[in-house]
Order: sequence, then C-alpha cells, then structure tokens
Amino acid sequence: MTFTGWLTIFGFAVILTALAMPLGSYMAAVYSGRRTFADRVLGVPERFLYRVLRVDPTQGQDWKAYGRSVILFSLAGWLLLYLILRTQTLWSFTGLNPQGFHSAPWDVTFNTTSSYVTNTNWQYYGGETTMSYFSQMAGLTVQNFVSAATGIAVAVALIRGIVGRSGRSLGNFWQDLVRTVLYVLLPISVVFSLVLISQGTIQTLSTYVTAHGLTGLSQVIALGPVASQEAIKLLGTNGGGFFNVNSAHPFENPTGFTNLVEMLLVLVIPAALVFTYGRMTGSRRQGYAIYTTMMLMFLGAAIVAYVAEAHGSPAQHAAGLHTGVIAGSSGGNMEGKDQRFGIAGSALFDVVTTVTSCGAVNSALESFTGIGGAVPFANLSASEVIFGGVGTGLYSILLYVLLAVFIGGLMVGRTPEYLGKKIEAREIKLTALGILVTPLAALFCTAMAVASSAGRQSISAVAAGGPQAFSETFYAYLSQANNNGSAFAGYTGFVQPVAGNVGSHGITFADLLGGLDMLFARFAPILFALAVAGSLAGKRVSPAGLGTMRTDNPTFVVLLIGVIVLVGALTFFPALLLGPIVQGLTGRLY
Amino acid sequence: MSVDTAASLPQPSGRASGQGPERRAISLFRGDIVRRAMIDSLRKLDPRVQIRNPVMFVVEIGAAITTVTWFIQLFGGRALGGRDPAWYTFVISVWLWLTVVFANMAEAFAEGRGRAQADTLRTMRQETLARLRDGTTRPASDLSRGDVVVVEAGELIPGDGTVIEGIASVDESAITGESAPVIRESGGDRSAVTGGTRVLSDRIVVEITQEPGQSFLDRMIGLVEGAARRKTPNEIALNILLAGLTLIFMIVVATVRPFGLFAHTSISETTLISLLVALIPTTIGALLSAIGIAGMDRLVRRNVLALSGRAVEASGDVDVLLLDKTGTITIGNRLASEFVPMAGVSETELAEVAQLSSLADETPEGRSIVVLAKKYGIREHDMTALHATFVPFSAQTRMSGVDIDGRQLRKGAGDAVIAFAESEGGTVPAQLREVLDRIAREGGTPLAVARDSEILGVIHLKDTIKEGMRQRFEQLRQMGIRTIMITGDNRLTAAKIAEEAGVDDFLAEATPEAKLALIREQQAQGRMVAMTGDGTNDAPALAQADVGVAMNTGTQAAREAGNMVDLDSNPTKLIEIVEVGKQLLITRGALTTFSIANDVAKYFAILPAIFVSTWATTAHSHPAQGPLHVLNLMSLGSPRSAVISAIVFNAVVIPLLIPISLRGVAYRAVGASALLRRNLLIYGLGGLVAPFIGIKLIDLVVHNLLGA
Repeated sequence: MTFTGWLTIFGFAVILTALAMPLGSYMAAVYSGRRTFADRVLGVPERFLYRVLRVDPTQGQDWKAYGRSVILFSLAGWLLLYLILRTQTLWSFTGLNPQGFHSAPWDVTFNTTSSYVTNTNWQYYGGETTMSYFSQMAGLTVQNFVSAATGIAVAVALIRGIVGRSGRSLGNFWQDLVRTVLYVLLPISVVFSLVLISQGTIQTLSTYVTAHGLTGLSQVIALGPVASQEAIKLLGTNGGGFFNVNSAHPFENPTGFTNLVEMLLVLVIPAALVFTYGRMTGSRRQGYAIYTTMMLMFLGAAIVAYVAEAHGSPAQHAAGLHTGVIAGSSGGNMEGKDQRFGIAGSALFDVVTTVTSCGAVNSALESFTGIGGAVPFANLSASEVIFGGVGTGLYSILLYVLLAVFIGGLMVGRTPEYLGKKIEAREIKLTALGILVTPLAALFCTAMAVASSAGRQSISAVAAGGPQAFSETFYAYLSQANNNGSAFAGYTGFVQPVAGNVGSHGITFADLLGGLDMLFARFAPILFALAVAGSLAGKRVSPAGLGTMRTDNPTFVVLLIGVIVLVGALTFFPALLLGPIVQGLTGRLY
Repeated sequence: MSVDTAASLPQPSGRASGQGPERRAISLFRGDIVRRAMIDSLRKLDPRVQIRNPVMFVVEIGAAITTVTWFIQLFGGRALGGRDPAWYTFVISVWLWLTVVFANMAEAFAEGRGRAQADTLRTMRQETLARLRDGTTRPASDLSRGDVVVVEAGELIPGDGTVIEGIASVDESAITGESAPVIRESGGDRSAVTGGTRVLSDRIVVEITQEPGQSFLDRMIGLVEGAARRKTPNEIALNILLAGLTLIFMIVVATVRPFGLFAHTSISETTLISLLVALIPTTIGALLSAIGIAGMDRLVRRNVLALSGRAVEASGDVDVLLLDKTGTITIGNRLASEFVPMAGVSETELAEVAQLSSLADETPEGRSIVVLAKKYGIREHDMTALHATFVPFSAQTRMSGVDIDGRQLRKGAGDAVIAFAESEGGTVPAQLREVLDRIAREGGTPLAVARDSEILGVIHLKDTIKEGMRQRFEQLRQMGIRTIMITGDNRLTAAKIAEEAGVDDFLAEATPEAKLALIREQQAQGRMVAMTGDGTNDAPALAQADVGVAMNTGTQAAREAGNMVDLDSNPTKLIEIVEVGKQLLITRGALTTFSIANDVAKYFAILPAIFVSTWATTAHSHPAQGPLHVLNLMSLGSPRSAVISAIVFNAVVIPLLIPISLRGVAYRAVGASALLRRNLLIYGLGGLVAPFIGIKLIDLVVHNLLGA
C-alpha cells in the first residue's frame, strides 16, 4: 500500500463529490422543467424531436402509461438492434464493415440484444472479432444512450411520485427520455470523447492493420471508432467494451489519467442523481443521507479491495515472494493488472464498475486475490444500490429506503411514513417484490445452470466442477441479473473458432437463460418502482414532527446500511460460501 | 397519573374521578387460562387455521414432511432421509411441531386472557325480562332500536339506550369497575345507560338504541375475546413483508440443494427444511397476532373500549390532541388564588375576614379560600367556639358569610356586596371597580369581601391547572404531539391559561362548529387528530376526529360517534391511549427486527454444518473437514447438534418472547430518533448477538449431555 494508492481512492471520492453536486442541481433543473443555460442551444432539437415523435411533453402520464411507454420503447429498441446485428453483412455497403464480419448466431444475438437494451452490456462475444463498425455505432452505441436514459427517466418518475402533492402524473416518459439524452448524456459524452482522444484513445473507420514484429511474427491490430463509444460506455454505466478486454485495452483507456476520467464518468451521474433527488424533494439533507450511505459502502469496498490486492495472494506468500512495495514494483498481486493503472487504479476501477451496473473492467477480476475477488461479488449482492447504474441505482436504493422506513417507522411507534407519505400494505408489497426480483433471478438462474448438463457446457473444461467453476457460473448470472455485465471469465455462451463468426455457434442454454435473466431483472423492478411511484403520488402528506422518524440523520444511514447488507447477505450467503468464500479459505487452486 | 390531588375535590360531573381503578392484569399463568391455551394451541394446528399465517403454515408443512420422512425411515425406507439417522429426523420434526404449537400458544394465551375478562362480562349479561312502557314484557335479547322500557330500582337495565324520562342512580361497576353509583337523567349530557348495569334508586324510562346482539357489552366481549378482531392496516403491511421474506428464503433454500450437489455435497430434506424454518421470520410470525390482541387487552385494562383495532393503531399516529379545558387541563372549579385588599386594609386583615366568612362554606371555592388564608398564617377557627352564625348563599342575596359578635362578614359577587355595603351605609372604595374589572378581564371570578358597611377587598378566584399537566404536555411534545386547548373562555383568558398550562395552542370561545372546523383544518394539513368529548354537540367532532374518545358518562350520541369509549370518563386518558397505540407498533417493529437479525447466527450454525465436508482434502477427522468448517464460529459440537440447536433456539425463543409481546415493548417519550437508536441497539444488535449465545448453550446440552 502506498500513499499514492490511498490518495487515488480518497482523492477520487472528493473529486467525484465535487463534480456530482453541481451536475445534480443541473439535472434537477432539467427534470423540473426549469430553464437552464442549455435551453437556448438544445431547445430547438428538443422541440424537433417532440414533433417527430408526436409527443406532447406537457401531457403527464400515470404510472401505467409511463410503464407502458418504457416497455414499448425498449421492445422497439430490442427488435431494431436484433435486426441490425443479425443482418450485419447487409450493411457492408456503408463501408462500416471493413473486416467483412458475419452475424453472430441467433442465440448469441438474443443475449447481446437483451444485454444492450437492459443497460447490462454482458458480452459473450469479443467486439473486435464479432461486430462491424456499423453494428457498434448504429446498434450498440444507440442503446448505450437510450437504455441509460430509460433508467434515469424511471428514477425521475419515482422521485416525482415520492414528491408529488396531487394527482397521479409521474411526468412524461418521452420528454424525460429526450431531455436526458439531449441535456445530459450527449454533451458530456462529446466533451469526454475529445478528452479521451487527446490522451490517445483512437477514433477511426479504417480497416485493421497488420504489424510485423521484430521476430517476423505478424499481428493484426484492431481499430475502430472507439472514443465516441467509450465515453457513453462509461457515462451510461453500460460497460460494453469496444474491444474484448474492455478498458484494459490501451486504445480504450490509454493512460493513468484516462483511467481516473473513466472512473469519474462511471460514477458521476449515479452520484449526481442522489443530489438531484435532494433538490427535487426540497430537502437536500435527504440526498445527503443517501449519498453518505452509498459513499460509506463504496469506500468500504474500495478499501477492502485495495488492501487485499496490495497484500498479495496466499499463493504468493506461500511461494515466499516479496509482495511489498519496492523501487520499480508496485508490489501486491499484479496478475491480470496493467502496470499503467497499478494496484490502486485497478482495485478502485474494479469497485467502481461493480458497485454501479457498469461492468467495464480494466483488469481481470478472476485474477484478483480471494478477498479482493469477493468484493465484486459483495457489490453485486447488494443489488446495485451503492450508486448503482444510472437511474437504476437511485430507484433501487429508494426501494430499500422504503423498506428501512417501514421497519424503523414501526420501531418509533407510528405508521411508517417517508417524506410525509404513509407506507402502507400496497407500497410494502410492491417494494418487497421490487427488491426481491433481482436476487431471485440470480439464484434461480445459477441453480438452473449448475444443475443441468446444458448449463455446465459453458464452464471451461479446466475448472469444471470446482469452486472456481461455481464462482464463474454464479457471477455470470448475478452480473446479468444486476444488469452489470462484468464477468469472472471462463463462463461462455459463444464458441467462435475464428474471428468473423464463420463456423461459430452459441451455447443456446446460457444465451437464453442469461438473456431472460437480464430482461426479467431489468423490467420487473422498473415496473414495481413505477407502481410504487404511482401509489405514492396521490398520497396526502403529513407534516413531520418530533415523533416522525427522520430519514436524514446518521441513525437512518446506519439502519439503511443494515437493511441493505442484511438483505444481501441473507440472500446470497450460501452461494457466496460455495464460491468466493471457499476459495478464499483454501490454498488449493481450482 | 397526576390528578389525584384534584380528586379530593368533588368533580362537576358526578363521578369523573381522575382515575378509575385499573382493571388488573389477569395473570398469564392462571390455571384455567393455561389449560385452555394448551388445548387451543393444539386445536389451532388445523391447516385451515394455520393458512391465515403464511409463515407458520410453511413451518407446519415442513413439520409434516419431516414426520413422514421419519415414518419412512422407521420402516426401512431411505427415500427422503438421505444418510440421516431416524432419531435426527424425529428430533427435528418434534421441534418443528413444537414451533407451531408455541406460536399457537402465544395467540391462545393472549386470547385466553381476553376471554377470562369476557367471561366476567358475560356473567352480567343475564337474561332479563324487559318491561316495555305499554306494560308488555319481552326478553331483553329481543329488544331492538326504538323500544321504550321502564326500569325501576333494583332492576338491570335491559339494553343500551338513552334516558328519556326520570333520573336514577345507576351502579355501573360491572362495566367500569367503579363501585360508586352514577346519576343518569333524561336530557343533558348524562342520559346514556348501558345494558347490564343496575338501577339503584328511582325509576327511569329508557329508549333502546341498539339492535339485538349489538349491545355495548356484546361488542366489548367480542373485542376482548379477539373474535371481532380484524387485521389492522399496519399489521397487513407487516404480514405482506413477512410473506415476502418467507418467499425469498424458500427460493434461497431451494437453490442450496443444487449448489450443494455441484460441490458434491448432498443435503437431506430434513436439514433443508430446518434451514428454511430457521431463516423465515417465525419469531415475529408467531407473535404477531398475540401482539395485536394484547394491545387491545391493554386498553381494556385501562378501562378504554376501542370499537376497532384500526382506531388503536391510529392513536399511535396522532399528531394533534384536542383537550377540553375544564376538567381536563384545569380542575373543574375555580379556586382562590389571591387577596386584593382595598387601600388602608392589610392583606392579612382581608385574609382573616375572608376566611371567617368562608368557614361554613363547603363549596370548593369556599374551602379554597380557607386554604389560601392559611398561607397568611391565619389559623383555622372553629365555628361553634366563635359563636358564629352561618349565613348561607341565596339566590336573592348572592352572598354568603357569617355573623360574629354582631358583625356581619360577607363575601359575594361584586355588585351584590356593593349593594350590601351601601345599604349598611358604607361607601364604595374608588379602586374596587377597577380591581373587579381587571380580575374579570383575566378570566378570573372576583368575590368582594365586606365587614358590615366596609368593603375590605376582593378575592381572586381563578382556574387552577391540574398538577403535572405541564410535564404531561412536555412529554407529549417529546412524542411529537401538539396539544390544543378547547375552551369557551374569551381569547385573553384562554391565552393566559394556555400559557400557564403549557399547551401549544388554544381555541377560545369554542362552539361545536368551531371545534369541527378546527379538526377539519388540521386534517387537511395532513395531521391525525384525537379528541375526547361527552356531549351530544361533541358528536360531529368525535366522528370527524381520527381518534374520538367518548366519555362513558356522555350521551349515547357521543358514544356512538367516537371510536373509543373511556369507561372512567377521564379526559387525560387520551395520553395513555396514544402510548398504547405506539407500543403496539413498536413491539411489532422491534420483534421483526429481532427476528430478521437472528438469521445471521442461524446461518453460522447451519451452513457450516451442511458444508463441513465440502471440498475436504483429508479424511482423517470424522466427519472430514473442508475449508468451510472454520465458519463454525460457535464451535458447535457436531453438524447434527448444530442444526438441532438452531431449530430448538428458533422454537424456544417464541415462548420466551410471549411476555414481552403481551406486555409490549416499553415506550419512552424521548423523540423518534432516540427511540429508534435505542430499539435498534436492543433488538437489532441484540438480535444479532443473542442467538449466538443461545444456540451455543443449547448445543452444549444437546451435544455433550444428549450425545447428538
């Protein structure tokens, strides 16, 4: 452990907070319909889009109408993306398929399409060997924008339900969608694409180049329009890499500085939305309490991961290797990590990407030490509420807030109420369901996969049967259920003998199970969150008094952390026991 | 209660003494209750009863499956038992059945205690013949609304109704527990009579206001027995949460089996069922209905009859308390607070004359003058020793006093005394008018004092705040409840008393309409309002309030409008009602937290037991120990002993918590944040730690003594 390492972690937290606060108030203005400095420029395309979509933005939607719009929009996006990906060769005339890639099989495409529409970006494929530039730009990147915007829109709708003083309107989905893309995602993406380019991230449409090494061996170097996709990959907590190795690739994430920028891009909107929440509820302290909850859990995870990786693995110690910091070596466990990021830069990235639903990685998660590798498991087990995905993080933690309010509210002797609104049977039912969906999906799919021979096909032969195989399987479905997309490699749904998909085939079972896992765990919680919003929207607000449980003080933060940890731990303890924990307790390698 | 000091003074409403005798808690362990509870807890094993409680229903199914497994094992089958010995399956199934029985017992005890009270009530519901006004008779049980009956001394009143003719003293001890008879008369605010009470003197004509089987007594019996109990909103919400938790743990446990098989570890059904039962919130699931019944019971013991469980729960949510000034905040009568002498008269002299003039005056006002005079060092005089003649108050003179040694000492209303002094040839001091006006303005009652022709000064009688009310209101503020005083006084007087009493707000010159408007206004702002009332003109406000407590002394209209009836007719009872309501919710919340927190320890008992041999590399020890055995933090003796211990703990914690669920978790008026911290610490942290200790202790017995 080094001073620079600790500085990276805590400095990151400070910069993140400093960036998220102003962005949060800006977004509150965007979603409250207040004028912002951007109106003058973006008002024109915004009004144009409303005309094209035939949307009256002043028309409020109740939760059902809002939910219907979300589903319809996502369904249309799904069909379009599936079509684009399956007809990859047809689009060669655009010149955007320089390598002449064929389409991936239907089952892999089913998985990939579901993955991008649900903001998961789980990838059974490797980008540079499967996807044409056209598919990347017109297919995947579009979903990177709109699936992120959908998540944010749902969060905003839930806020409106919680704050709503009268009526049942949660706002207008189409307006929220358009404004999110135009006012938030696009400007930041453009700016940071340029920043990345300045650091060496590539942006080109030319064919792959072949390099001839000194030894006479040649190597194909994949290229592509990376920078334009990179910024939104992170900003929208999508995480689908242009290249197979994701943010470890020097064309995606060239320097230590871009590493920091990328991590900030991942967390800035999820963090800002919490402040947006405080602004929109009219009580910034509410936002601060949730922010504190998230930040404490985030720092806890980062510290554990950093200490574990800097300490090195038991195997290193057993072999008598020196794992301390010496001149010219960062020490610790460097397996699967890049020198330009170092231990802290890799451990922190790992935590950033798994607390959110991003899933981009700059190092190999399965090469982390036992405890360091248990951190992403724990983060995913907390159901993506530690900042979480854009929008999804906020609406998910708000469901936990309602649960904590219910239990805590009873303990102070009043019918539980949140921001003056009573939490009654209907809200509890919807909240409980909304919280349970993700863990249920993860456990159910994992059980299906480990219990069936079809499921075991996806496990790489070396590891088959051991705890590592279990970890990989469990992580795959946990990651897909949480719409994260990061992976403990070794679990696959795509067998691809050569680049370009000729002769490739999917592992149908894993592709379909994973795809359904993602779709179910994305849209069921969205509908439950919207239903909660609809149920709260029309409720009478009672003024807070001394007898009301406060939800903006340290006691509540403790209660909230307790509820999140307990729900996660009780649900996943048996599975974690057989995967990362058993591996962490033994010197044997599986 | 703090009003005992005032109780020495007669109260205006005949028998609204400050505090009725609290109905004694019927001991949990009275032989008949225990016997009945035991039988009931077995009878409730009927699945049709259990299904109403999803958590315990799951346990019961689990118990049934393990029992069947045991039978199969007994007859040599191994289908479900895996490698478990039969005794292990047997022990687990016994404890699973016991878990269900304990849960039933909790409910049965709560019901039993209520039933014992109901039995007492039922003895009063003797079958009487009602005498109708037209001379015919009819069984009391056939009376319906609108019938008019005649009741004479010594007879039981056949049903609830309103006195429409006559006046009588009635013994209501049967329902109120108060032995002093009360006056019931036609017209006014004391016209309601309750069926089952006995007329002691005189004759009254009563118009029946109930339908057959719907009497006050019937409802009371139904309520304390729990028969009429319906789940309250919060209880329903909590039940949903518990069902949700049960569901997720069913999935968790169902997936443990394939996960285990993948790691070459087979887990028997018995152990899986044990894991499931340990995880689902059986503790709160078992105690939930007992907590509700007990809450109702606690109210009944305070002589409050809640007509719905919803009202009890709502009382915990009250934000605003409307309290009548007279009789609630102030004691009913005005008391002497000050002697204001005229120029040239000393205070002591005035005090002495005032005291002498009041010696024979037995009214509370008169006695308060004597008490105040004592503070001026004036000894009490003996009327007979003084050879004084008492001149009682009369409507003509509007004065009272004594004649001593030929001197006439008088006290009375200002103008009456002035007239008296002038008729004796005296003059009226210049400042008198001013003093009289000032006192009246302040809301007090001035009494002038004269000795023959000379007016000596004025006695200031004023409202006296009941002792302890200030602290009470402070407590309420801590609970987050605002108090609003309702009074017919003018604003100035009201403000002064309000300030003195420490209430948050007041409504002066209150009319029934103004009261109703105030409640509506508060409710529109999202507040929950509670109030007490007794008169017919209170009925609309009582009906509008979220918690309306009618005084039993009140009219039938008031009693029907409210959702609770206070048999003691003690307006400060509202505060206790609020506490009971809060206690009810706190108990549920605390035990839920405790129940869920317990799961952590149970995991650490059962999972290491299941996975002790998983991925074991050496087979030296038996059973072979894999890497996960280090999670056996409690170093429980053996895998089977660990599972048994967890299940035994899970079961016995239910009866151990029965007392707390019946008594309720203590409520302290310390504000929500402090309360939450406290309960989180006790039931959250305590719930984490307690089972580690409990399971370990049970394991010591099970493993070492019984050899499991």
